[in-house]
Amino acid sequence: MTEGKRPSAGEGPRDSLARGNPSGVSVSREIAAMLEVWEPVIGLEVHVQLATRSKIFSPSAIEFGAPPNSLTDPLVLGLPGTLPVFNQAALALALKLGIATSSQIRAKSRFARKHYFYPDLPKGYQISQFDEPLCENGHLDVIIGGGLKRVKLQRIHLEEDAGKTTHVGVSSHVDLNRAGVPLVEVVTAPEIGSVEEAGEFLRSLHRLVRWLEISEGDMEKGQLRCDANVSVRLRGEDRLGTRTELKNINSFRFVENAIASEIARQIRILEAGGRITRETRLWDAERGQSQSMRSKEEANDYRYFPDPDLPPLVVDGAIMGSILQSLPELPSVRFDRYQRAFGISPTEARTLVSERALADFFDAAVAAHPNETGGKMIANWVLSELLGALRASGTPIARSPMQPAMLSELVKLIESGTISGKLGKEIFEESFRTGEAPAAILERSGRSQISDTATLWEIINRIVAANPKQAEAYTVGGKDGLFGFFVGQVMKETQGRANPVITSDLLHKRLGR
Amino acid sequence: MSPASPASTEFWSVADTARRIAAGEITATQIIEAMLARIQKIDGELGAFLAVDGDGARAVAAELDSQRAANVPQGPLAGVPIALKDVLVTRGLATTAASKILRGWIPPYDAHVVEKLRAAGAIVIGKVNCDEFAMGSSTENSAYQPTRNPWDPSRVPGGSSGGSSAAVAAGLCAASLGTDTGGSIRQPAAFCGVVGMKPTYGRVSRWGVVAFASSLDQVGPLTRSVADAALVLETIAGFDPRDSTSLDAPVPRFTGALTGDVRGLRIGLPQEYFEAMDDEIRAALVRTASALVERGAELVDLSMPHTKLALPAYYLVAPAEASSNLARFDGVRYGQRVEAPDLLDMYGKTRDAGFGPEVKRRIMLGTYALRSGYYDAYYKKAQQVRTLIKRDFDRAFQYCDVLLTPTTPTPAFPFGAKANPVDMYLADVFTLSCNLAGLPGISVPCGLTAGGLPIGAQLLGRPLDEVTLLRAGAVIEAAVGLGDRRPAGIGGIT
Repeated sequence: MTEGKRPSAGEGPRDSLARGNPSGVSVSREIAAMLEVWEPVIGLEVHVQLATRSKIFSPSAIEFGAPPNSLTDPLVLGLPGTLPVFNQAALALALKLGIATSSQIRAKSRFARKHYFYPDLPKGYQISQFDEPLCENGHLDVIIGGGLKRVKLQRIHLEEDAGKTTHVGVSSHVDLNRAGVPLVEVVTAPEIGSVEEAGEFLRSLHRLVRWLEISEGDMEKGQLRCDANVSVRLRGEDRLGTRTELKNINSFRFVENAIASEIARQIRILEAGGRITRETRLWDAERGQSQSMRSKEEANDYRYFPDPDLPPLVVDGAIMGSILQSLPELPSVRFDRYQRAFGISPTEARTLVSERALADFFDAAVAAHPNETGGKMIANWVLSELLGALRASGTPIARSPMQPAMLSELVKLIESGTISGKLGKEIFEESFRTGEAPAAILERSGRSQISDTATLWEIINRIVAANPKQAEAYTVGGKDGLFGFFVGQVMKETQGRANPVITSDLLHKRLGR
Repeated sequence: MSPASPASTEFWSVADTARRIAAGEITATQIIEAMLARIQKIDGELGAFLAVDGDGARAVAAELDSQRAANVPQGPLAGVPIALKDVLVTRGLATTAASKILRGWIPPYDAHVVEKLRAAGAIVIGKVNCDEFAMGSSTENSAYQPTRNPWDPSRVPGGSSGGSSAAVAAGLCAASLGTDTGGSIRQPAAFCGVVGMKPTYGRVSRWGVVAFASSLDQVGPLTRSVADAALVLETIAGFDPRDSTSLDAPVPRFTGALTGDVRGLRIGLPQEYFEAMDDEIRAALVRTASALVERGAELVDLSMPHTKLALPAYYLVAPAEASSNLARFDGVRYGQRVEAPDLLDMYGKTRDAGFGPEVKRRIMLGTYALRSGYYDAYYKKAQQVRTLIKRDFDRAFQYCDVLLTPTTPTPAFPFGAKANPVDMYLADVFTLSCNLAGLPGISVPCGLTAGGLPIGAQLLGRPLDEVTLLRAGAVIEAAVGLGDRRPAGIGGIT
């Protein structure tokens, strides 16, 4: 077991969310043909690191990239005589996820010991939950295609992470900084029917844990790790095929590829008349294939039993109440609401809920607008101008100099005809750069649009009176091209500030056709 | 047996030692030097100590003496020499659990009880022998040495806290701490004619106790008097946030419990505890019960029908938990490692060389009991039996305030007498239920056999009711205890 290659520096969570992989194209094509006959059945087990400050059963701090074995204490080292004490902060975070996935929450759950020998498991057992987990029978609504697909969750349980072993030549190095970091393990029902759905489930879960602020969910840092149970069966068959467990899917880039390649491998074996071996396979992202790690015969008997050092984990009404109160509106709910309330497309809604800060920005901007109809236009501005400006300047939404109310104000100026859309973009750029309110920028520049009918009528009267030949040629002579001449004169007179729609309307009236 | 001279400092009580030091009659250094000299003289034959921390003890004594000279206020146990069972973790002082697998391990921290003792001014004089990982009833399972019974060197001191009971009985410390998982404090106390108390589960923190069976283990004192047991328990008891099973209950002043008054106290005699035992032990228990009645207590005959299930339940629960607790001894981070070409081999060889036969037997038993598919039939079933045993006690305590039983069915037995493991397990038949139910228990000497071996009377009480046990125990001690009789079996103890 060699630790997978370290990711290259600079790959943030946003990058790792990028979908598709050029090298996956041929695999996808092969699978597409196979899948007309075969049906894949996928179950995912996702480990999510909870963002507590200290470890789940001891006071050691948690920090990524600290010097090896600097974040330890007697308990983390598994010294004789040490005892675990549960960090209640981890409970609150796990409960948020449990409630957000509509899981049944056990009032009294239990920690159990899971035994196996490995140098990065100091006690010889991992403290986990077994037959009495914290959460059961929940679901996650996954945004897929233009809608939501409900994926059932069997359970969500709390456990401690193990340390990390790296093999260098003949020697092995153990780093226990990660040992005792709190995790939740999210286990789906084996009901995911496509590679795409599996990938979208993982992305939806990633978005949700960040949304709830229970984890940074950074896969490159191992804060979100995915194992997949994969089997295939002939379409129409009821019985499940023999499954394999695919481990080490440690990047969003490889989720689809890893599972697709395993599905293809199984189908090829079955089509050649072979049988699938129940085994655990390790995904090698570098080589784009998996290899057998251990078969069922070699599988560990974990000898689970309730940890006698820890009393039952009690969830009382007080903690449930405080979490229910603080739970934000979920991304899947907003995805629906945005489409219904503002008439925006699923793709647009999906982008708006890709990040909580972005959705919150949008909601705040809409809230600052006097009527709901502003939503559609605000969405357009957020999705095009704001996201573009954020991306170009490398600014996270949370640090956008332009505040939601400012965007709302800008949209109002355009809707009221005070400024043109073109001017709006200029003002947006300045506002985004300086954080100054659009109205103030406009005021300073004196460039607001003239939409006042009386003012424009007076200007038009003057221009028509000064150009009697052209007026006659247009009105009587039928020279349509001269209409543009008059518009140009009005714009010249107003330095481009005349509202073009009203100007055109008044000119028609004044010229008689 | 000749009465001991009261002048010898080594047999002073805990309270006396502390009081005399505080009064300036004697210095802590003098106490420690006398004790070290006595250990030097006797322990070669007795074999109680695995490590004597002479330098450490002298340094603390000197510090205490200079503090006293400067009138710095001192703790209630200032200068009192204490020996610790070697499953209690001591900072900077080797802790082996009497196992080869921990040979050479120097812990970086102190157990909670050790912190408490040090804070009270007690001096850790050394680490004493026990059965390996506290598994056994004779201390014969120590990987290092046998410990002899001070009353008869051909006999065992009991176990697993046999080093503690022998050291206390022989006057090699003022008091000792042991651990009790199925009788490991009370049984050796009975064999060596000292007082041994197992507190309510959760009364004393297990932080820093090398775990044997987590749901049963409890630390307690072995002392030469009930009053000393009260004083030491008062020092080590109390809530500790580092132990999630620690009880957040107020600690009474145990030393104030010894009123000598048992009038109206209802003493239950569970018939299941009087079925099979040596005649001399039965006679001693009858004398004990009569003495209590003479002082105003009432006797209540009781039945606790699930008693016979305690032994099989215990030998599922304790080995199961032990097999898990001992998984950490893998040669990776501390203790002894046997090098091998690959990891699995290293684990196997390290554990094969590091663990003794009884420890291996229990790891095998426990591993078997926890196998997938067997959990319900064994561990879970045993836990259900625990509930039945607890109910027996709950019901009994509706009719009585304490239970009186023999601590052991026989007095101390000769070395090698219990070669069959099951015979050895039966030595704990009267003490196991108390651990399964999480109750407090105490063993108090209640006489000697015709052959001069101590007999222990056991009192079992309601959860957190150590006070009643100490009060009744002190009455037994005064009525039928050993008085000034000291063991004369080793080194001409006088």
